[in-house]
Amino acid sequence: MEGTTPATARIRDGVPLLEMRGITKRFAGVVADDGVDFDVRAGEIHTLFGENGAGKSTLMRVLYGFHHPDAGEIRLQGSPVSIASPADAIRHGIGMIHQHFMLVNTLSVADNVALGLRSSRGPLTDPGRVSERIRQLSETYHLQVDPQALIWQLSVGERQRVEIVKALYRNATLLILDEPTAVLTPQEVDDLFAVLRRMAEDGKGLVFISHKVREVLGLSDRITVLRAGHKVGTLPAASATRDQLVQMMVGHALPARDLAAETGATEGAPDRTPSDRAPSDRATAIESGPGVTVGAGTPVTPIPATPAAGAGTGAAAAAGAPRLVVRDLTVRGDRGADAVRGLSLEVRGGEIVGIAGVSGNGQRELAEAIAGLRRPSSGSIVLEGTELAGGSPARGRAVGLGYVPEERMRDGVVPDFSVAENLLLVDSHEPAFSRLGFLRSGEIRRHCEELVRTFDIRTPTLEAPARTLSGGNIQKLIMARELSREPRVLLVAQPTRGIDVAAAQYIHDRLREQRGRGIGVLIISEDLDEVMALADRILVMYEGAIIGEAAPRASTRASIGLMMAGVRPEAPADAGPRATA
Amino acid sequence: MNTDLIVAVIVSAIAYGTPLVLAGLGELLAERSGVLNLGVEGMMLMGAVTGFFVSQQLGGPGWAVLIVAMIMAAVAGALMALIHAFLSITVRVNQIVSGLALTIFAGMAGLSSYAGQVWGIGGQHGLHQLTRVDLFGLGEIPVIGPILFDQDPFVYLSWGLVVLVAWYLYRTRTGLYLRAVGESPRSADAMGINVTRYRYVHTTVGGALAGLGGAYFTLAIAPIWTDGLTAGAGWIAIALVIFAFWRPDVLLLGAYLFGALSSLGFTLQAHGVQMPSEFFSSLPYLMTVVVLAGASTTLARRRIGTPASLGVPYVREEG
Repeated sequence: MEGTTPATARIRDGVPLLEMRGITKRFAGVVADDGVDFDVRAGEIHTLFGENGAGKSTLMRVLYGFHHPDAGEIRLQGSPVSIASPADAIRHGIGMIHQHFMLVNTLSVADNVALGLRSSRGPLTDPGRVSERIRQLSETYHLQVDPQALIWQLSVGERQRVEIVKALYRNATLLILDEPTAVLTPQEVDDLFAVLRRMAEDGKGLVFISHKVREVLGLSDRITVLRAGHKVGTLPAASATRDQLVQMMVGHALPARDLAAETGATEGAPDRTPSDRAPSDRATAIESGPGVTVGAGTPVTPIPATPAAGAGTGAAAAAGAPRLVVRDLTVRGDRGADAVRGLSLEVRGGEIVGIAGVSGNGQRELAEAIAGLRRPSSGSIVLEGTELAGGSPARGRAVGLGYVPEERMRDGVVPDFSVAENLLLVDSHEPAFSRLGFLRSGEIRRHCEELVRTFDIRTPTLEAPARTLSGGNIQKLIMARELSREPRVLLVAQPTRGIDVAAAQYIHDRLREQRGRGIGVLIISEDLDEVMALADRILVMYEGAIIGEAAPRASTRASIGLMMAGVRPEAPADAGPRATA
Repeated sequence: MNTDLIVAVIVSAIAYGTPLVLAGLGELLAERSGVLNLGVEGMMLMGAVTGFFVSQQLGGPGWAVLIVAMIMAAVAGALMALIHAFLSITVRVNQIVSGLALTIFAGMAGLSSYAGQVWGIGGQHGLHQLTRVDLFGLGEIPVIGPILFDQDPFVYLSWGLVVLVAWYLYRTRTGLYLRAVGESPRSADAMGINVTRYRYVHTTVGGALAGLGGAYFTLAIAPIWTDGLTAGAGWIAIALVIFAFWRPDVLLLGAYLFGALSSLGFTLQAHGVQMPSEFFSSLPYLMTVVVLAGASTTLARRRIGTPASLGVPYVREEG
């Protein structure tokens, strides 16, 4: 609330800004946080580090009044407080930048900032004055925002700045940032970190939630690691190492190669060699991981190795004939504007092509167009001679397209169907599984049991509804279903988003294995580290088109990051697109 | 067509459009908060029967009786809406089911008919009726006089409410918060706005306006009570809100368009134009179908300002 200045001036040395003691929060019997202690001092950046589902966000949502804790105590500057709603949290000087922005898309920046505030004009709004103060804050903290712009017109990075301005406007002394870097380009991340450091220098306390080691080590003063709802420990960032943090996060050591790939520790691509990808090496790496049960024993799929070109070594250079050829594809997005603009790409057998880019640059529409879920307005999508553009999802499937969608709960499974039913969804008409329209339950059971076993899907029974599975197991289920159909081309959108490290590692290994079988794999991911770890060729997507291509080995993060931000790789190309447009 | 006929059509369009303006504004407020209220028809009927009953019972000067009757009609509508608010906001019953249930419960052969029977007001001739008030003696001006300055107080009230609601939505703090609640309750909640309270208040006020709209039938158009006399005006009001893109100014014009269609038959007949009356009486309903079908097409849905959370209950601890 404007006017009620939180006790910024009274920060006492020694007493932490925030103390949380023994916070426990359960959801329908599942413990999200179990007796977690956490504290933040004025002027520090304290990171909450852990996997998805470790309880980081829940802990902070308790602090912000979204969840009521089942046990525990919260103290602000030494005095116990009860925070029953976000309104209480704001009153106590707590601001939160949520993972999913809390902005009203149809309103202006100024209106969004003014939400919930007292106005200087009593019952009337005062957009002029609000805009003025937004401009002041923008200047002080180098946060470029236009107060008059409507939220839906802004990029993701700009929206995040609006969220930060909102918190600053309310004189927040304690700011929580829930995975703020997930949606940003590397350059935007640098800008954000500069802003955060400036705020810490101003004496504010910051809580940074992340699961990316590299960022955490670079930004934090202290790091608290959570695992499965428990606090593993708190350590000063200065003395923490990458290996130590990852070990604390997952509870055991990871093989070095995967550690780099799964936790975003890749710096450029220093430790990658061609032999890195040799199947034998891969198997060794998995087995050397003590306690990593998921990959134990190189899995045997029910798929016979396709005797296609490029199979065998799995070396990227040996990629075979083009399997998926996309030419001048234009696809309209939900808002009516073109989301994909004249995009062309090619995927060969035995290679992994990775599409990198900041979310919202047409990746979703591209994936949906290839999968047959969205009708392109022009261009062609050819899978080994069959035109897919304008067809149905069934046509793609018939000629060997496997599709693992981005929204796995919405597009990948029927949440209330059982694991077995979901495994069979697209194949129920196959003679092996149905006779005269009746399903053959014995065959189906055998088939499903085999898939569950080979793909290590952790489910109590085949009858359990898919929605009860964890994200990682749902992804494995979808992978199992798609791969059991022996695809020629596999399209995977956001392969490991929101999935725990072990499952992500497993899925990455499976994707590399498909390459080894000669399948053409196209992955679309907003996680640059993932693309760099998996792909043989990286295509960077910007505003609906491929802005540049990079080989992961030769490229550095920075040059790919520049392309993600819309900077074309070769400067002289400047005249080209303008002239033709 | 001569000028007299045009003026007559417009004047009767306003008369028949006024209950739609009132009920439509009420629905607009509820929907702006994210609550779809399909109980409008039932609330209008309750307002109509309550208003008429009160006006028949009370003694005293006519204007005072009518004011009390209007207030009681609004209270009846508000109470009904409170039931809808409780069911859809607190208990989180499906809003469509709850609204339909209320319309069936209070509608024809339901509570409003029962009340009419118990109170014995069926067939009674009304003792009070709102009459035209010639504002500042300007009603004599040709053409615009009868349209703008010679209407009953209800019409003036509805115009005032349109201006008030527009000002409220776009110029006041609470109006801004209301729009935020309807668009993104989670964001509004995160900024410390009480989503539940906003939804309750606006649904209830919306019901009060629906009650007033219903009372216009029995206190102004014709002082008589018959079962189901609103004849679907509540449904037209709901269609109207969509037609108006959730904007009060467009809603006023839309209401008069529907009003004109409703009254066209009588007006033309009175002026000697011969057309089957069934054709005219079907026009507003036909128009309702056209509007709803048009609004449902994807293109229209992208362009118009449907509150994004319309019909979706808000639960803080989910998601």
